[in-house]
Amino acid sequence: MALRTTGPGTLAPDPHSGFSRRDFLRGSGAAAAAAGIAHETQSAFAQEKGKQVASGQQTITLNVNGKDQQVKVEPRMTLLEVLRYQLDLTGAKPVCTDGSSGAATVLVDGKPMQANTMLAMQAVGKKIATVESLANDAVPRAFTECDAQQCGFCTPGFVVGVRAFLNMKPKATEEEIRNGLNGNLCRCGTYANVIQAALKVVKGGA
Amino acid sequence: MAVEYSWPSKEKSQAIGKRVKRLDGMEKSTGKAKYTYDVNLKNQLIAKGLGCPHASCSIKSIDISAAQKVPGVVEVMPLKKVDDKVEFQGDLLIVVAAESEGAAREGVAACKVEYEQLPVFVKDSDLAAAQAAGRTSRGGGKVQTEKEPGKDENADDFAVKEIERLLKEAAHVIEAEYGIDAITHCCLEPHGSTVEWNGKDLTAYLSTQNVSGCDEGFAQGLTTAGVNTANSDVEVICNYIGGGFGGKFQPDYWAIAAAQISKKTGRPVKFMLDRDQELKIAGCRPSGYIKVRLGADQEGRITVWDSEHWGTGGANPAGVNQAVIPYVFAPKNYRRNAINIKTNNGIYRAWRAPNHPQACAITQTAIDDLAMKMGADSFDIFMKNLGTNDKPLVAGAKPSVYKAEMERAAQLMDWKAKWHPHGKGQAKGSIVDGLGMAIHTWGGGAGQSSCTIKIHPNGDVEATCGTQDLGTGTRTVIALVLAETFGLPYESVRLNIGSSKMPVSGASGGSTTVGGISESHRRAAQDAFAKIAELVGKKLDVDPAKLEAVNGRVQSTDDAKKSVSWKEACSLLGMSPLEVKGEFARGSKTNLSSSQVGGVQMAHVEVDKETGVIKMKKFVAIQDIGLVIAPQQAESQINGALIMGIAYSLFEQRISDPNTGAFVNADLANYKLARIGDIGEFVVEFYEPESERGRGVIGLGEPPVIAPGAAISNAVANALGVRVSPLPLTPQRVLAALKKAKA
Repeated sequence: MALRTTGPGTLAPDPHSGFSRRDFLRGSGAAAAAAGIAHETQSAFAQEKGKQVASGQQTITLNVNGKDQQVKVEPRMTLLEVLRYQLDLTGAKPVCTDGSSGAATVLVDGKPMQANTMLAMQAVGKKIATVESLANDAVPRAFTECDAQQCGFCTPGFVVGVRAFLNMKPKATEEEIRNGLNGNLCRCGTYANVIQAALKVVKGGA
Repeated sequence: MAVEYSWPSKEKSQAIGKRVKRLDGMEKSTGKAKYTYDVNLKNQLIAKGLGCPHASCSIKSIDISAAQKVPGVVEVMPLKKVDDKVEFQGDLLIVVAAESEGAAREGVAACKVEYEQLPVFVKDSDLAAAQAAGRTSRGGGKVQTEKEPGKDENADDFAVKEIERLLKEAAHVIEAEYGIDAITHCCLEPHGSTVEWNGKDLTAYLSTQNVSGCDEGFAQGLTTAGVNTANSDVEVICNYIGGGFGGKFQPDYWAIAAAQISKKTGRPVKFMLDRDQELKIAGCRPSGYIKVRLGADQEGRITVWDSEHWGTGGANPAGVNQAVIPYVFAPKNYRRNAINIKTNNGIYRAWRAPNHPQACAITQTAIDDLAMKMGADSFDIFMKNLGTNDKPLVAGAKPSVYKAEMERAAQLMDWKAKWHPHGKGQAKGSIVDGLGMAIHTWGGGAGQSSCTIKIHPNGDVEATCGTQDLGTGTRTVIALVLAETFGLPYESVRLNIGSSKMPVSGASGGSTTVGGISESHRRAAQDAFAKIAELVGKKLDVDPAKLEAVNGRVQSTDDAKKSVSWKEACSLLGMSPLEVKGEFARGSKTNLSSSQVGGVQMAHVEVDKETGVIKMKKFVAIQDIGLVIAPQQAESQINGALIMGIAYSLFEQRISDPNTGAFVNADLANYKLARIGDIGEFVVEFYEPESERGRGVIGLGEPPVIAPGAAISNAVANALGVRVSPLPLTPQRVLAALKKAKA
């Protein structure tokens, strides 16, 4: 059965989803990301035949928020480090190192992924969308109207998580929202307002 | 003419008390808001720290030579020297600054340190073990009896005898133990800074709750470290902070280290703690465990309280202050004694409502057990122990406030219809449900605050204040106060906060911020308006005292037709803007703010007796905070407090390995917090009749986080007919309590 998720530990069965649990695991765990690196590097550097392991600095092209960007990376760099330090896209936050907080959620080819558990080189050839690309989206508007933020540090990750979830389930019910967004942590406790915000987007009110 | 500072009535208010969007909501929701972690300075180094792997050890050797050779590493700075002792895991030993995070981490891994391990003690719940290990110290205590000792009687002997007599004569006696484990602050933005020198001037972007006070902290820390720095050389900047909760009042030693490295290398340095370090060393809330004997009369009124409690503040011995035991309820006869334990855990810091959540959780559970023993409704027992405003049996808010709040909460919870005697509910399979309640109090008096308000001749209004926004909605509150005073849309006000070079405003701690900033800004704004009114009065030939600012106009209170637009009024200032300073000193006599609030919370839970899993069904919170300036943001703050409360009641605990003292769950996958699916339904209301509103503004940050522990624990006891302790009420603790009760 196909499964889908907006973050770790939030798998919910959905027969129409093209997003398999296998994809999810491969993309979200650091170990899984490392296992995939040889293949990704090969495809990113097809001219360097015979090389199985990338080392040292490499220049790669990442497609971020619709724009191709050349960045210099080391193989060990996460997508999050590159977004934050090289492209100054600081919406995705470094809160954990294992994806358990959801604060670094970005969309990779439309799927919610944790930028801190994905290596930058693994993102070559994929379309990356960060929270900054949602400036005119209904989700941040709904978050603001429903006051779904306090300190706001988890908010960008939550906004992307809600966007991804509602892309998959545009008519989500309150119960589905409560069950489907457990991948994002908030310490100030904005969940009650996040539920309202997500419902507002479903109802087209934001 | 001296201006009399005051708030308008509810009916006349045009901005305060209105539900509005958070002023910086879009910035926070779209990633535009720049937190300390997000400040990237040109040519900056990234620093990472080596945390001590041992909870108790002495340093035998430090070798940084391999770390210095790691490509990309620029500076390696030991923070400890040989023979230094370390008293808790994670304490930082060495800082490595490098060109990238990866290089810094590789440098940290290359540091070689030898340790001699020393005895470890972390069993804070085990008083006998702590005494045997010589880890206890007196935490203070107090005895009070209604009856006086006889003339020749020794007062101490008398008190002991009197307490025993009262317990013997009590109609109902509860003898039990309760507890609540230590938790951490776990700010999502870890503690840290991004710093840069320009000559002798230091710009420090710091994740802090104390913008106006941390320049001094930097200057002192640096000077001690040999970098002579004056307070005035330092600018602390914090535009946004990713969580504080009482743990971010100082630039910690790691921020000083970042500034030292920056000085030495001539490059900006960013040093934010890693997640495990944030949990291990950047603050925690003391644990609290108690042995109670409670006596009550036939009716369930408490006649005597006798308790001994203990807990730990980690390597600095501390525990729950004895002065708040028993919590809110103040029986005429009591004896309370506190014991502090020193453990090899990170050192405690103020945690949202210091002492109160623990005190509430370990004492209002005993009062609920009284109801359980009597087969009585907990609501009735709590009510009977409030007393009256003339003869209160509670310390904190007025009994009449608690009474009204309890009645309203019961209505919203449908308490009477849902309640059943403890353990006697209708089970659905293995699921039983239950109701519990608790009450709380907090001071929340306005903090010190100063600000300047500038009114430009073109009508623009600008306010500047060295305060910060922890998530309270600081900007929104200031904007509403100014909008109220000048009759302008709240979004039109330009606000500058978050720098130590701005007018000094107090640290955000103890629920003092909204009171403080409301005081300073209302005062400055009223003074500024008085000056504008003088100019307009002359122009319109109206008594300035009879002018008001409404809907973008300055008009006569007698004849609204006699008016000018706000812009026109400001143009009368001529060429220069009007600048007015507002000041409030904490504790001053004032009509604008007050202190001491009361709140009531009720929880409805379901417990699965087979799995031990507790599920929140509904939470009702009724809160008095005097006058509510920004109800939407205030309500959010209560929602948040309830969620934090659910976390520490059901999930959250620092788990220390008893043998090594290691903090074994120092990551977010295992340090369990509540998630969105765990919270159930919330109903939040403010208790704001004129009698309370008229007291003015009172802080809200702390109070609503106090009562969830006892309310949830009491609801679980009501469901099961068995007390589960200590908090958090994990499934294994629920099952263990059920098993013990069966045996």
